[in-house]
Amino acid sequence: MNELDYYCYLRTLDAEPIEVPMLRDAMITFRYQMRLLLREPVWIVIVMIQPLMYLALFAPLLEPIAKTQGFPPGGAWQVFVPGLLIQLGIFGSMFVGFGIIAEIRFGAIERMRVTPASRFGLLFGRVLRDTIVLLIQAALLTLIAVAFGLRVPLAGALITVGIVGMLGVSLASLSYAAGLWLKSEDALAPLLNMVSVPVLLLSGILLPMSLAPRWLQRIALVNPFSHVVDGARAAFLNDFGNSSLAIGLIASAILAVGGLAIATRTFQRESA
Amino acid sequence: MIEARGLTRTFKNRGVTVEAVRGIDLEVNAGEIVGLLGPNGAGKTTTQRMLATLLVPTAGEATVAGCDLRRDPVGVRRQLGYVSQTGGTNPSAKVDEELVTQGQLYGMSRSDARARAVKLREMLDLAELGDRVIKTLSGGQRRRLDIALGLMHDPRLVFLDEPSTGLDPQTRANLWTHIRALRDQRNGTILLTTHYLEEADALCDRIMIIDAGKVVASGTPAELKRRISGDLVTFEVDDVVRAQQLLRGQSGARDVTVVERGLRITVDRGETQALPLMRALDDAGLKVGSLHIAHPSLDDVFLTLTGRSLRDAPPS
Repeated sequence: MNELDYYCYLRTLDAEPIEVPMLRDAMITFRYQMRLLLREPVWIVIVMIQPLMYLALFAPLLEPIAKTQGFPPGGAWQVFVPGLLIQLGIFGSMFVGFGIIAEIRFGAIERMRVTPASRFGLLFGRVLRDTIVLLIQAALLTLIAVAFGLRVPLAGALITVGIVGMLGVSLASLSYAAGLWLKSEDALAPLLNMVSVPVLLLSGILLPMSLAPRWLQRIALVNPFSHVVDGARAAFLNDFGNSSLAIGLIASAILAVGGLAIATRTFQRESA
Repeated sequence: MIEARGLTRTFKNRGVTVEAVRGIDLEVNAGEIVGLLGPNGAGKTTTQRMLATLLVPTAGEATVAGCDLRRDPVGVRRQLGYVSQTGGTNPSAKVDEELVTQGQLYGMSRSDARARAVKLREMLDLAELGDRVIKTLSGGQRRRLDIALGLMHDPRLVFLDEPSTGLDPQTRANLWTHIRALRDQRNGTILLTTHYLEEADALCDRIMIIDAGKVVASGTPAELKRRISGDLVTFEVDDVVRAQQLLRGQSGARDVTVVERGLRITVDRGETQALPLMRALDDAGLKVGSLHIAHPSLDDVFLTLTGRSLRDAPPS
């Protein structure tokens, strides 16, 4: 080894690990937010109670309906559990905006906005926390459903959990954007109610849209979440050739990227 | 350290345009404590928020810590410590969690941030509180934590927005000591806003009085007070009428008026001019019972400049 090589070798030892400031700020924010959440883990459980109740008290109702004409292939569980997972993805994430309104009120958001930290990082660290919590919930819910009698191939279940994760990214971001924009719980609550009911009813989460009359199905086509639910159901059947799986994946990816973009812009805006 | 020209900010609220700041020029040198004094709604906080990159000015230019406010906001943020009125801590977080995270957001490594947090806690009388949940802190402790957060990255320039609002007098005096130490020990530059006259008077090297979005006067506290009204010297004398005649002839004595049991004379500088006046009375054989020198308060200054008392100014 000549002198120059040796010098270069020393340099590589000295070199800082290559870091993207954006992701570094996201990780700092993620760790901070996660620690705050874990101090009151009761919330993680509370969010799970609703889907568990659906699983125990609503899914049995579907068993006779699964035999009616127009019900999608697969048993009641294979149709209902993917919908329930999507519902968890939507409703488990769309209320995180309330948290950021509290942070605005403490002045914490403003304090972080005066630091040189990347705005995307400040947002994404929060979204990452929400998404990871959501993924754990989704995995738990799937396991519990298996105990109830669900039969699902592993690959399909993993793809569905991935779809749920993308939904989480999307809705958590949009909820943060709405919170930053409205700055008030009193304004955010009615907005979320207004959005969530049609999203739920027009997505086929509770009952598959294939049971619906034509006109209702047409309206549902405009709802991106209905495609996401169809995709998740195809994944649960391991039906990878089904175009609705591809459409569902694309729809959830678009929702995730779009949500992040909108929320990052809102975070960058001066008065947010 | 700060140079601003014509800073202006208007807000549009339901079609109504509000001019919060109307063309403020401002210059702050390194190692100075400069106070923006004015009633609520005068535009102090808006001015500070513009300089802190939280609001984009509608018009005007500024250089903060060598960085252009519009072209290099991240450069400004890197060098500035900003402590807002509400502080900005999460009540359920622990003291060191906030401090270390803040340091990391300024690019410090975790271990550097930890060490710095310990040092700042010692400096600001929070030494034992690193592991405490913030909602259990007293008001004074929480305010000192806010300031510690603003100092994590060791900035040369610090903005304090109403640093002592809501604190009891003792805690306030203690906070002032810490703020002065920032200037004296680290040659720090501080721009603070306040609507407390006592605070501006006790703490600031220079004051800019702001009213309705404009700087109406600026100078050292003493200069401002002297410029407006001079000092008031009050003598208690036995023969008020003769004393009045006598003092009216003295140089530097303006406006000699009879008050309860004595005379009140307006002079430029009370400390140097009171004694010659007293000697004159003594030489004339008049008996002087007591002597009192009063400096005009900043409220008098504000009253003279705006026709309103700072204390009565309506909050907005």
